[in-house]
Amino acid sequence: MTILRVIFQTVLMALSQVWANKLRSFLTALGIIIGVAAVTAVIAGLNGMKQFVLDEFSTFGAKMVFVDGERPESMRGKVSWRDVQLDLTEVRAIADNCESIERITPIWWGGYPVRSGDVIRDGVPAMGIWPQWHEIENRYVIRGRPFSTIDEDEGRQVCLINEQAIVELELDRDPVGDIIYISDRRFEIVGIVETKDLSAMFGGNDTRTEVFVPFSVAKRLNPFGWINYALAQLRNPEDADEVVPQIRHVLRTMRGLQPEDEDTFSIGVAQQFIDQFKKIASVLTAVAGGIVGISLLVGGVGIMNIMLVSVSERTREIGLRKAVGARPAVILLQFLTEAVTLCLVGGYIGLVMGQALALLINQAMPEGFPPAVIPTWAVVLAFGFSTAVGLIFGMWPAIKASRLDPIEALRHE
Amino acid sequence: MSIVVKGLTKVYKMGSERVHALAGVDLAIQRNEFVAIMGPSGSGKSTLMNIIGCLDRPTAGAYLLSGKATHKMGAAELAAVRNKEIGFVFQSFELLPRASALKNVTLPLLYSRTGWRNPTRAARKALERVGLEGRMRHKPNQLSGGQRQRVAIARALVNAPSIILADEPTGNLDSQTSEEIIELFHQLHEEGQTIIIVTHEEDIAGHAQRIVRLKDGKIHSDLPTKDDPTHRAWAERAAMALSGSGSTIASRNGGAA
Repeated sequence: MTILRVIFQTVLMALSQVWANKLRSFLTALGIIIGVAAVTAVIAGLNGMKQFVLDEFSTFGAKMVFVDGERPESMRGKVSWRDVQLDLTEVRAIADNCESIERITPIWWGGYPVRSGDVIRDGVPAMGIWPQWHEIENRYVIRGRPFSTIDEDEGRQVCLINEQAIVELELDRDPVGDIIYISDRRFEIVGIVETKDLSAMFGGNDTRTEVFVPFSVAKRLNPFGWINYALAQLRNPEDADEVVPQIRHVLRTMRGLQPEDEDTFSIGVAQQFIDQFKKIASVLTAVAGGIVGISLLVGGVGIMNIMLVSVSERTREIGLRKAVGARPAVILLQFLTEAVTLCLVGGYIGLVMGQALALLINQAMPEGFPPAVIPTWAVVLAFGFSTAVGLIFGMWPAIKASRLDPIEALRHE
Repeated sequence: MSIVVKGLTKVYKMGSERVHALAGVDLAIQRNEFVAIMGPSGSGKSTLMNIIGCLDRPTAGAYLLSGKATHKMGAAELAAVRNKEIGFVFQSFELLPRASALKNVTLPLLYSRTGWRNPTRAARKALERVGLEGRMRHKPNQLSGGQRQRVAIARALVNAPSIILADEPTGNLDSQTSEEIIELFHQLHEEGQTIIIVTHEEDIAGHAQRIVRLKDGKIHSDLPTKDDPTHRAWAERAAMALSGSGSTIASRNGGAA
């Protein structure tokens, strides 16, 4: 009970000391304040960013795989750019031979004038897709119907449009069955796709008009057309590592690449980006942790210094306390409590400043960027570190105080 | 018997030299005595006071305080004894500058195992006893020297100690205030307190019942200040307690200079 009483009294006393020496306390705790403010701001920023990116990828589809033709450096000038583009046989071969692939669609992409009655919009992005596209992209038809395999096989002049297109092309509220002209070809609207709100990370959160046509029809729109890229979906997100060698094997075999040849294509797996990002985020967190460690160390030395000054300034007081019956352990406890209190006050101010910094970061960020949020564990960590710094760096001064000889101490000038 | 000291020796090492601050002191002080310890500087009076106050331990010899052998105790035990048995009054008051009179008086109770039941009430009572009921919320710098020493005396009283040990309690006070403080000691003595004052001022020491004079680490004389029959009886009992030790309890005529 004595100990609790002493701690309680000491905390009150320490707080009044801190208040009585406002400037000195502030300067002393500055290291801790800056350290804690920095760590909370950095963690908040990273945390917000990480959450944002992960959310982004999960809407984008962690199971998504991109396959694209690519001319490696070593083949520039020897091989035409067109020669490395994917063709339909390759896309089908990937679908047939890669176990990890659930479904795949080739994507053909171009910008065309689109007309509805008298309304003409230029450069509307038109996308040639297979029916599987909906599942892969996680974007479904909300009215009307999706493409069928018959649309694809027979090359029907049908299209899907997004909601934004209804507005842009001034169509009826329910335009299913209406006719629009893409590059002067007549298309019947069979379904409406939700407008995808592209986020800041993937090119701004503007909503764009999009039209979709069956892949086989898209080729007709552009006689020189080739497949822009293929979009596939993994059976399981865990297959991310296996799918790359599978696709490589299929494509290298079909393209007759020699072992010494470089790949003439590239494969991107969303899950790998996520893993990569997580890795980067944890490295950044570790680096921030290191910086914070250093600043807390510096802060701790400041605390130790001021506590040593305090012990020497208050030698007579320590002598008196001992004379009236304070045991050495109690004096030790008192000075430790004082150091910890100082650190905790610093830690608290630092936390408030860190929160303010996080809010500033939020203000400075463009619209749609993630809010910087201080996670609870960072708050706990900040106070934990402050306490630890107080205990570690307050120990020596406290031991010094506890070992003072009361007679000497009372004689001290 | 409050204090029994036998063959007390204290040796300090000053570099390679050994200084005998106390060279065999025998002394007995009864409950409710009012004793002054005097002596020139270097006589060992501060050392004796430190040992009696349990702030220091003797190199050799025994010190029994209320029957407890304090010379065998460790630092923590001595602290507990100081807390319970001894009330210190210092020349320069030693008050905490930022704390109110009340808080200052409460201080010993903070370190007490038993005295925490109602610390504020105990401190109030002690302050009332020294006549400072109107100054409880004042800080030391808002008080006069005499008032500060009264706060210090209240602090010494608050734990109901066996002995009040005052080291030059009037050294920083003018003569009128000194008289008031001494008068307070008289009153406390009459209420049953045991009081030991260390001083070099003859007129202050003259207020005590008994003056112990030290010289070169030994008791030079130990005399009652007045022919008080009650006190004479005490003195004789004290002498018996120390029988065979060689200390003499002389009569008043023997040498109060």
